[in-house]
Amino acid sequence: MYVESKKGKTRELWRFHGGLHLSEKKALSLQHPLQHAILPDRLILPLQQHIGVPAQPMVCLGEHVLKGQMIASSPAPVTSPVHASTSGTVVEMGEHFIPHPSGLTDLCIVIEPDGEDRWADLPKPISDFRSADTQILRQRIRDAGIVGMGGATFPAAIKLNPGKPIQTLIINGAECEPYITCDDRLMRDFAERVMNGARILQHKLQSEECLIAIEDNKSEAILAMFETLLDEENIEVVRIPTIYPSGGEKQLIRILTGREVPTSGLPAQVGVICHNVATAAAIADAVLEGKPLISRLVTLTGEGLSKPGNFEAPLGILASDLIAQAGGYQGQPQQLIMGGPMMGFDLTTDQVPITKGTNCLLCPTTEEIPRPEPARACIRCGRCADVCPANLLPQQMYWYSKAKDLEKVQDYNLFDCIECGCCSHVCPSHIPLVQYYRYAKAESWAQEQERRESERAKQRHDFRVSRLERLEAERKAKLRKKKEALKNKPPAKKTQVSKAEDDKDAKQAVIEAAMKRAAEKKAKQQLAPKNTENLTAAQQAQIEAVDKRRMATNQEKQQKPEQPD
Amino acid sequence: MEFHTLSSPHTKRVNRVDKVMLQVVLALIPGITAMIFYFGWGVLINVVLAILSAVAFEAMVIRLRKRPVMPVLFDLSAVVTALLFAVAIPPLLPWWLVVMGMAFAIIMVKQMYGGLGYNPFNPAMAAYVLLLISYPVEMTSWMPPYLLAEHHLTLSQILAFKISGILPGELTLDAITMATPLDQMRTNLDLNRMISEIRQSPLWGDFGGLGWEWIGNWFLMGGIWMVYKRTITWQIPLAFLTGLVSMATIFWLYDAEGFPFPLFHVFSGGVILGAFFIATDPVTACTTRAGQLIYGAAIGVLVYLIRTWGGYPDAVAFAVLLMNMAAPTIDYYTRPRTYGHGEVKSE
Repeated sequence: MYVESKKGKTRELWRFHGGLHLSEKKALSLQHPLQHAILPDRLILPLQQHIGVPAQPMVCLGEHVLKGQMIASSPAPVTSPVHASTSGTVVEMGEHFIPHPSGLTDLCIVIEPDGEDRWADLPKPISDFRSADTQILRQRIRDAGIVGMGGATFPAAIKLNPGKPIQTLIINGAECEPYITCDDRLMRDFAERVMNGARILQHKLQSEECLIAIEDNKSEAILAMFETLLDEENIEVVRIPTIYPSGGEKQLIRILTGREVPTSGLPAQVGVICHNVATAAAIADAVLEGKPLISRLVTLTGEGLSKPGNFEAPLGILASDLIAQAGGYQGQPQQLIMGGPMMGFDLTTDQVPITKGTNCLLCPTTEEIPRPEPARACIRCGRCADVCPANLLPQQMYWYSKAKDLEKVQDYNLFDCIECGCCSHVCPSHIPLVQYYRYAKAESWAQEQERRESERAKQRHDFRVSRLERLEAERKAKLRKKKEALKNKPPAKKTQVSKAEDDKDAKQAVIEAAMKRAAEKKAKQQLAPKNTENLTAAQQAQIEAVDKRRMATNQEKQQKPEQPD
Repeated sequence: MEFHTLSSPHTKRVNRVDKVMLQVVLALIPGITAMIFYFGWGVLINVVLAILSAVAFEAMVIRLRKRPVMPVLFDLSAVVTALLFAVAIPPLLPWWLVVMGMAFAIIMVKQMYGGLGYNPFNPAMAAYVLLLISYPVEMTSWMPPYLLAEHHLTLSQILAFKISGILPGELTLDAITMATPLDQMRTNLDLNRMISEIRQSPLWGDFGGLGWEWIGNWFLMGGIWMVYKRTITWQIPLAFLTGLVSMATIFWLYDAEGFPFPLFHVFSGGVILGAFFIATDPVTACTTRAGQLIYGAAIGVLVYLIRTWGGYPDAVAFAVLLMNMAAPTIDYYTRPRTYGHGEVKSE
């Protein structure tokens, strides 16, 4: 398949296996223009909004911070700093609910905004990025706390040092999940920022080409991006067919290049690096304006909200605050999903902050997304395999996951599953297939962990055994040496014949001596009570009295049995 | 606000088992209607009796297994089994054989293995084969199609025969039954007759037996509708028919007087029904698409081999059951190449 990607330029596209045409439901959140969220009473900034090592707080309780000031960071290689989203006071550092499938809490810095929204001293803009040192660019992106904003939240700076030549840089604007429109909105309203980000990334990676991939259901975004294209650059805007999950990194690479990322490998291995459009825009802000990542576009959508739309939200704003700004709930919503319907996870509460990876809050009514019916038996129809974008056999994997045959599930390439949800969506028996795979993956990891630990324990045990053996051998060797030394000593005056007798005598003497010592000790113990040295005369008298009494009672006791009852 | 949590994906599911089964039932209706037209009320009685007994046995076993009965009955799988069995057996089959067949299909072949989804063999075909081996006379006593029949029995006469085995007046079973076209062909070929000679008989239509080929057409229509609706995949029926037709073509080209015309095979016996409705039973067939091609083709070839050299005139049930056994192995060896594994071929 060929599509036009630039003036006078067509590009061949490939297709991946399976995939789904889903009802998009995107119009719901596109009916209103982008809104800017009002600053709430407090912002809750989790220290870990990325994959990697959590950042450490750099501010103290009660400290006044400025907008864009770095408030947490870490020296670890895979990490990302956190910045204050507005100026205000640090009022708390403690555990708060974070947007995570587990529904658990994590360490957060809570800022009470002062309402002034005063900027900190930002690093100088690097407007001429093409002549800037690429490592300085990378450091800037790292310091700005930029992570993959499509949801993966992997620190962006890491992907800028691929260690391999990169032919193709992909800017992912596919946004294939239903309902979500924040990337669409971003490209429509801020095409220039996205394009600048793409330029910076291309310059940093020195890739041969840069492809901005957008699904063909976003014609306005495609148009906006086309308009910012300059002729001299090797950047193309590629219209890709709308099919879920085209925005999955592996699938997008397949669509655009026909290459496949090897299993458990990285895109860089096939000469590709992927970044989300929102990440690109954030990179442009960091480099060209010096601004760190302190806000993002979030889609608030679903029939359960009165006024769905896209919001530019400061990081750390509570979902409940943002939802209130979107007109609040309507009807009786039972579910709040972070992310899209296919891969998003359910929140237990709306008291969680918006973080760097939050692209969407979906609040559907039960008519819109009904609770799934109870699962029935698998009829092996194979529809799951037809739609699987990784070309797996979901039905077989389900079978073995259910039987807890982890080895067999891995044989069927469990770890190539991207959990896109296509299989569950089409399953006529309504089996929650993805849940089974998550379970099997978690179990496999746990088993692997256990295996490693027992391996370590075994090593320790083996080491201990060998150490004991070595010590024993050493001891024996020493003993033998001693014996030999004794043997080699010429026997004084004694003849060979009498040697045995002599030995016997010696042994006897030793035993006798020992027995004598023991007897002496015993006698001593009996005779001399303990702690009887240095006694005063009074104490001595007391002791004697006690002894006398004891003797008396002893005698009585001995006589008693003789007395007839 | 507090919310309930579920695992992703959060979508309205697009398919349902009962919907799939209902589509199969609907697709069977034209063929069954044609059968009733050509073979009379006996077919309808078989259909009703088979459905009632299948549902009753299913309900009984589910009760014994202490599971909720209604969801299982409403998945309609027992009805599909009953229909497939009912259209495979002769219209005059005594009622108790119909019930026995269904008891075997539902209790032994389906539920004893764990119910829908767990049975390795096609229940309808297993029951058919059980009866065919145990009651060969009853199971091969077909009436001639309506167009050829000399005696037309009324609904009450057929009912009386099926219940008590009594025929009206002077009629004997031999008088109202007739060999099926496949039987006829086989017996005559065994007598070293030429095909052109055999086909002189009024029993023959354009390709297969008179009437029979039309029933095949109606089943074909339902089958194609199922492929269109994606109730079934195209792989198994296509491979089945291709396997059968290629075998038939090879031998027909070798000796047109000793081996029947390929389309005779397609439109005789249970081939169309088997290709679209029986071999495609997802539970017992292969699940990988490549495996389905092998599975279907092997059934086609087996049907030809058994029809031509085996002990029974028709062979769909045997071929399907034989390949049911091989399905897991075929699946194992036809796993697709997972993304990121092995050589990447550009499509």
